[in-house]
Amino acid sequence: MDNLDQHLEQLATAAIADFSAAAEPARLEDAKAVYLGKEGSLTILLKGLGKLPAEERKLAGAAINVAKTRIESALAARRDELKNAQLEAQLAAEALDVTLPGRGMPQGSLHPVTKSLERIEQLFRSLGFDVADGPEIESDWHNFTALNTPENHPARSMHDTFYLKGVDGKVQEDVLLRTHTSPVQVRAMLAHVARYKHLETLPELRVICPGRVYRVDSDATHSPMFHQVEGLWIGENVSFADLKGVVADFLRRFFESDDMTVRFRPSFFPFTEPSAEIDVAFTSGALQGRWLEIAGCGMVHPNVLRFGGFDAEKYTGFAFGMGPDRLAMLRYSIPDLRLFFEGDLRFLSQFN
Amino acid sequence: MQFSESWLRSLCNPPLTTDGLCHVLTMAGLEVEEVKPVAPVFSGVVVAQVLTVEKHPNADKLNVCTVDAGQGEALHIVCGAPNVAVGIKVPCATVGASLPGMDIRQAKVRGLDSFGMLCSARELGIAEDHGGLLVLPAEMKVGENIRTALNLDDHLITLKLTPNRADCFSLLGIARELSALTGAPLTLPELLPVTVTHSDRRTLVLDAPSACPRYCGRIVRGVNALAPTPERIKQRIERSGIRAISAAVDITNYVMLELGQPLHAFDNAKLSGAIHVRYPKAQERLILLNGMDIEPQADMTLIADEQQALALAGVMGGEASSVTGATADIFLESAFFAPVAIAGKARTMGFSSDASHRFERGVDFNLPQQAIERATELIIACCGGQAGEIVEAVSAEHLPTRLPVILRVARVSKVLGIEVSAERATALLSGLGLQVEPANGQEGHLLVTPPSFRFDIEIEEDLIEEIARLHGYGNIPSNPPVARATMMPAAEFTRNPMQVRHAVAARDYHEIVTYSFVEAAWEKDFANNADPIELANPIANQMSVMRSTLIGGLVDTLVTNRKRQTERVRIFELGRCFSKSDDTAKDDPSAQFSQPLRVAGLAAGLAAPEQWGIPSRRVDFYDVKADVEALFSPEELRFVPMNHPALHPGRCAEIFLGDQSVGVLGELHPRWVQKYALGQTPIVFELALAQLMARPFIDYKEVSRFPMVVRDLALVLEQSQPALKVRDALRAAAPALVRDIVLFDVYQGQGLLESQKSLAFHIVMQDTQRTLEDVEIEEIVSNLLQIAQKDFGAVLR
Repeated sequence: MDNLDQHLEQLATAAIADFSAAAEPARLEDAKAVYLGKEGSLTILLKGLGKLPAEERKLAGAAINVAKTRIESALAARRDELKNAQLEAQLAAEALDVTLPGRGMPQGSLHPVTKSLERIEQLFRSLGFDVADGPEIESDWHNFTALNTPENHPARSMHDTFYLKGVDGKVQEDVLLRTHTSPVQVRAMLAHVARYKHLETLPELRVICPGRVYRVDSDATHSPMFHQVEGLWIGENVSFADLKGVVADFLRRFFESDDMTVRFRPSFFPFTEPSAEIDVAFTSGALQGRWLEIAGCGMVHPNVLRFGGFDAEKYTGFAFGMGPDRLAMLRYSIPDLRLFFEGDLRFLSQFN
Repeated sequence: MQFSESWLRSLCNPPLTTDGLCHVLTMAGLEVEEVKPVAPVFSGVVVAQVLTVEKHPNADKLNVCTVDAGQGEALHIVCGAPNVAVGIKVPCATVGASLPGMDIRQAKVRGLDSFGMLCSARELGIAEDHGGLLVLPAEMKVGENIRTALNLDDHLITLKLTPNRADCFSLLGIARELSALTGAPLTLPELLPVTVTHSDRRTLVLDAPSACPRYCGRIVRGVNALAPTPERIKQRIERSGIRAISAAVDITNYVMLELGQPLHAFDNAKLSGAIHVRYPKAQERLILLNGMDIEPQADMTLIADEQQALALAGVMGGEASSVTGATADIFLESAFFAPVAIAGKARTMGFSSDASHRFERGVDFNLPQQAIERATELIIACCGGQAGEIVEAVSAEHLPTRLPVILRVARVSKVLGIEVSAERATALLSGLGLQVEPANGQEGHLLVTPPSFRFDIEIEEDLIEEIARLHGYGNIPSNPPVARATMMPAAEFTRNPMQVRHAVAARDYHEIVTYSFVEAAWEKDFANNADPIELANPIANQMSVMRSTLIGGLVDTLVTNRKRQTERVRIFELGRCFSKSDDTAKDDPSAQFSQPLRVAGLAAGLAAPEQWGIPSRRVDFYDVKADVEALFSPEELRFVPMNHPALHPGRCAEIFLGDQSVGVLGELHPRWVQKYALGQTPIVFELALAQLMARPFIDYKEVSRFPMVVRDLALVLEQSQPALKVRDALRAAAPALVRDIVLFDVYQGQGLLESQKSLAFHIVMQDTQRTLEDVEIEEIVSNLLQIAQKDFGAVLR
């Protein structure tokens, strides 16, 4: 028995050493065959058990099995080791330079004025304003007459307004390039009244009208085409105090800043009364302390309400008009209006 | 309207700083556009008299002067000014004086001591004139501080007046407003009626009474037309931006600025008989004071005597009858011209005058008598002479009326959102010179009559505005408005234009905004439009027609970027295109034009930005086609070959969504690539926004739990067979079990004839109820193959 134990001990030690020496799975399987294969040392010992006397057979069998278990678990451990090493090697070989840039297509961008318009739309939508649109070649009636702008008003001259050439080569007098987005106001009012005419009291009309407008003017601070957003709120109880509330709130939200002072000062527009000009002064930053004209507004003139189909006694409303170009310039510190219309990608691609 | 602060303060002087005063005016709607000091800061300059002038011994161009600067002892001063002369009074900067940009010390000039400097207007910073020393009026006191003597501690204030405030085109009007705003008293110049000392007069005839319902005239005899204008008057009109000319003219301008009444002085000797205010006769001509020789239009009004036209009423006097140095007798005109008669007249001739500016906005129709008295008084005080009586012609029925307006106090509160009492409203409106009384028997109603100088008060809202203005816009609260909360509609299957923009930008296009008016050549080139919508008054030739396509702006922006070394250009624009429309709605003239919104894009340069791992290649038709398809996805588009003036005839397509044409896609025509020096061929698309905004409702289909079978069909066909035509024919013929037929490869080259190509399709089959059997699969594929063979001459590869 002592001999057998010794022999088993030697076998196990040799097997474990051989396993450890096997540097790859195939060699490990070769080493396994030496001990555990059909002709392996341990297999032969097990086969020889039958020849032993019964009383020895039991003890010898147990000893051999102990050694076998020991060798098998050494084999399994080594198999795991080799598998892990192989995976490690594979992973190491597969490593990427993660600093290389990603491949594919970049993103484009929205125009800075569009970005401002989008913010304006979102802010006013949150207050229940709809967005309306209208033609840019507009009728004289919608652009001027319905907005209480008299026949001999200077704005109607060819110094300020673009007109079209008619078929006879003369100026076509019934249409023009809209000089403001206010005519959309008129269209929105007429549509609203037509839609709800079966009701005794019209629901409130809240709408903003963004778009391109045109004036005969071109220099560093004026473009013959620029953008405007018109806003309109008509209801039974809409007051100048509400106008101040809405516009001042808007400006703070738009600029995401409380570091500003907003003031309303009396002004004149044919289509509102009382009318106001809205100035903003920032309390910090590059423009600190300067009053900047930012919008015009006022209570909708009763004549305009009537042209729009509303009962001017029952309903009141306010309207405002502002320049998103200027708002975008202030918001993004853009120094020159002309940059908006040049289409230089080095400028535009900054707004994505 | 420009004026000097000191003049305003002489009429109304509230206890406010200059800034404070300007703030009050601005916040009342009289916007102060600019305020600047009359003179920069300087000190130590006094009025001095030149006593002696001698040539400097060491310098040709210098003189050595002795000067009395009121210091007891005469000063020796070296002076280089050419106009220095014995006896004149000039500003003298004494030793220790501080001028803009220089300090005055005792100095040696070419070897002689000089104790100060005689100054020009430019050296004091009060004018650009550097023709020599500023020669002061002889009556100025030697030794007096020049700032006091010339009233230099004053400011020039410029108001940007809104067109409704015609009454503030005078110092009186502004002072009246200031008094109402601050409570400071209004001090009007004392008006002393002039004694009438002769009976010469001219008959006045109002032939156009609606244009001129009131005309006052007076002859002032024996004036000295060469008398100098009093310094105070000259200074005040010059500080109002009006050039001093001669005493009579300066005084008429002075009274216009002071009271707001434009006046005109004629040389009485050049007039003949009665004065008529009438419309022009045919082919009548008149040379105006500005030298323009005009043929007055029929709707203009003339001042004429019995021989000829003298002046363009309310706009400008005539050259022939104007006052000159030789004038001895003056005929003064002070009239009211109706705003509609004057409006736009000067502008149609390309100029504007102080008179027309005021008359077209409205001048107090009760002012002419008062103004002519004021002017006579000042003229006689300055030029001497004797006044005749004032002759006045009036057509009362044509004078403006001032009807009372009812103000409901409750309405004020409703419109403004603040409580205003009847007492407060009365006090505020009375302060402005409006007449306020309780309306008969109506509680809370006031009857308000505007004065003759206000042309802007006709309805209740006009009064509410006045109350708001005087109450102060700043004192009206900013209220968050109260409204019934209802949700906004949010259509799931409609995109708004913003969302479309985002979708295009997500495909790597940058948004541009270009002008809607373009060069006529662009319309010809890119739209074959020889009859574009033309502007009557374009700002420039290259902005003279309305665009009917967005392609021109895209190509032009490509040019701009190439000039700035940007080679890869991907841009888009969302905007309106304009064309004449047959659909004319009579009640809306804008319907004569079709003005749809479109989205157009352009890609030029590399398909993808240069980067590692992706071979560089130029963008082509199919790259941009994928962008267009993605924008419409999941809708499937059809691309049909077409001819388009802007595009390569073999490389462009009209795009259809169902049966509807929704746009075009193609390579720019090589002709335009060359003409516009683009260097490389851009791919462009132009799509209708309306169809991009509409989205299909989601059409859910059951997901099968049974296995999917895919068979491939590789067909050899003639090159000319359009690939998708084959696919669509197979799709149309396939039974419902075929879920999809996908073109996955196109091959040309080895193994095929030159004229052939191979198309490979996946045939995807699946049933929702069962597993498909081999027999039916084979049958489907073989049927499809037969169709391909029969209809397209295809052979299995």
